[in-house]
Amino acid sequence: MTENGFLHSALRSRNMVIGLGLTAVFVIGTLLSLIWTPHDVTALEIGNKLQTPSAAHWFGTDHFGRDTFSMIMVGAQTSIAVAFIAVGIGMGLGVPLGLTAAARHGGWLDEVIMRGNDLVFAFPSLLIAIMITAIFGPSAVNAIIAIGIFNIPVFARLSRAAALPLWQRDFILSARVAGKGQPRISAEHILPNITNLLIVQGTIQFSLGILAEAGLSYVGLGAQPPIPSWGRMLAESQTLIYTSPHLALFPGFAILLTVLGLNLAGDGLRDLLDPKIRRAR
Amino acid sequence: MLTYVTKRLGSLCLSLIVASLVIFACIEIVPGDPASFMLGINAQPDTIQALRVELGLDQSLAQRYLGWVGGLLDGDMGTSYTYRTPVSDIVSDRLQVSLPLALYALTLTVVVAFPIGILAAARRGLVTDITVMGATQLGVAIPNFWFAILMVILFAINLRWFSAGGFPGWDAGIFLAMKALTLPAIALALPQASILARVMRSSLLDTLSEDYMRTARAKGLTRRQVLWRHALRNAMIPVLTIIGLQFSFLLAGAIIIENVFFLPGLGRLVFQAITQRDLIVVESVVMLLVFAVILLNFFVDIAYAWVDPRLRVRS
Repeated sequence: MTENGFLHSALRSRNMVIGLGLTAVFVIGTLLSLIWTPHDVTALEIGNKLQTPSAAHWFGTDHFGRDTFSMIMVGAQTSIAVAFIAVGIGMGLGVPLGLTAAARHGGWLDEVIMRGNDLVFAFPSLLIAIMITAIFGPSAVNAIIAIGIFNIPVFARLSRAAALPLWQRDFILSARVAGKGQPRISAEHILPNITNLLIVQGTIQFSLGILAEAGLSYVGLGAQPPIPSWGRMLAESQTLIYTSPHLALFPGFAILLTVLGLNLAGDGLRDLLDPKIRRAR
Repeated sequence: MLTYVTKRLGSLCLSLIVASLVIFACIEIVPGDPASFMLGINAQPDTIQALRVELGLDQSLAQRYLGWVGGLLDGDMGTSYTYRTPVSDIVSDRLQVSLPLALYALTLTVVVAFPIGILAAARRGLVTDITVMGATQLGVAIPNFWFAILMVILFAINLRWFSAGGFPGWDAGIFLAMKALTLPAIALALPQASILARVMRSSLLDTLSEDYMRTARAKGLTRRQVLWRHALRNAMIPVLTIIGLQFSFLLAGAIIIENVFFLPGLGRLVFQAITQRDLIVVESVVMLLVFAVILLNFFVDIAYAWVDPRLRVRS
């Protein structure tokens, strides 16, 4: 191994360590917020409003006197829930579609599924969200649906592309000879072989989901008050940036570090799980 | 090539038709009917009836759909219910902000990403490369609207170099108008430039590891010559694809950034139309944006096939 190569793999593993560390902080903080936060996020103490960071309020307080640190902890629940369910929708619908398309490669079903994918892909997720909220009103559920729809073609394409070469392999041929049907082969033999890829893509889509949720709730199309969400905290902070700019800092850092952690962990996982990519880069 | 273009053109038309059907259907399924949805619960029955006639709700579904699509093809997007002016007038007004903003951001993206990506690839594994990769990793993870807020705090509130938002209009002069678009364009460009720099780097590295690169080196070309003469051209194919896609992301991403800076662009228009329940505007502007994205993807496909003849055969 050359010195450069060594430096690279060392760096990569360090990325992985940082990524997993940040992700762990995010997950533990969220779980902790379910049972304990330093302050009650629903308690309005107008007398304490707009405080700068102190021993009592680590990240200060907002215009209602709510503790920013506690709100960030609770806001993580919204981010996790929205992003997690959205990835679930994408995987749950996208993977079966992609596997079906691969099994029927070249057939009309393949064509229909892939063209449908292209079409959804052509709608930027933000536009889907806007359409949905225009019709059903803004809410966390609609944000989930919007982000989830956008995830479907991502997973469909990925699983189709990964499954196609597998169908040429001998072990699939023997399964066919054994009389197994296409759906069963897809579920029993193809799916386990593409799980690694799906996990890696899932991590990436999860971090994109957190960014998307933050963006949607920032413009008021995501979770509605009084549910704390990072995006809305930033929107509220913007009206106060002349007097209390520190309010705009902490929710943003929360988003940045979480997304960064997930991205680094995803990259690291990909390198670990897929040696081919390690060689190519 | 011609068959390829014809085939692509066919699927372009099909995509557009299906997209228009989906958007039309979405507007049709609003609670109640579009007229009572737009007017709210306190509207008088005769007001609703008047709007129903104005919207053509007394016609059949097919008539209305064909009327809408026919109008779009004619450049007629209907009349906005809240603004009481033709939607196409409002849209062309707003495009004067959104389109230059997207182009500005795209230019910044390319101007920043190209040198950075090339530099990182040329210095692979060295401090420069590691710094670039770290910085782009941050650039991808940062929410761009938050970055925008931070820039407002620094450049508008503390340093007073820029205004915190708003748009003086092109009548105020190109300099002032561009100045107002600068912070939004940087905010839009940051994540895209990070992505593009990474694509540029990995595409270059892929190309550099090809056998013909070794041949070129063996023929006596220097590393620099190989990089600039041979690798860069071949590495451009995936990079161009990404740029094409990014333009549509910039158009859509502008919806949020325009809201941060209170810019009177298409994004803010859609946004206001939603809060005012002006479905005519929502329907047509969403269709316009989707049309732009589909059309761009089409051109990217064509350009791709033109550069790389193998693709014409494969698809």
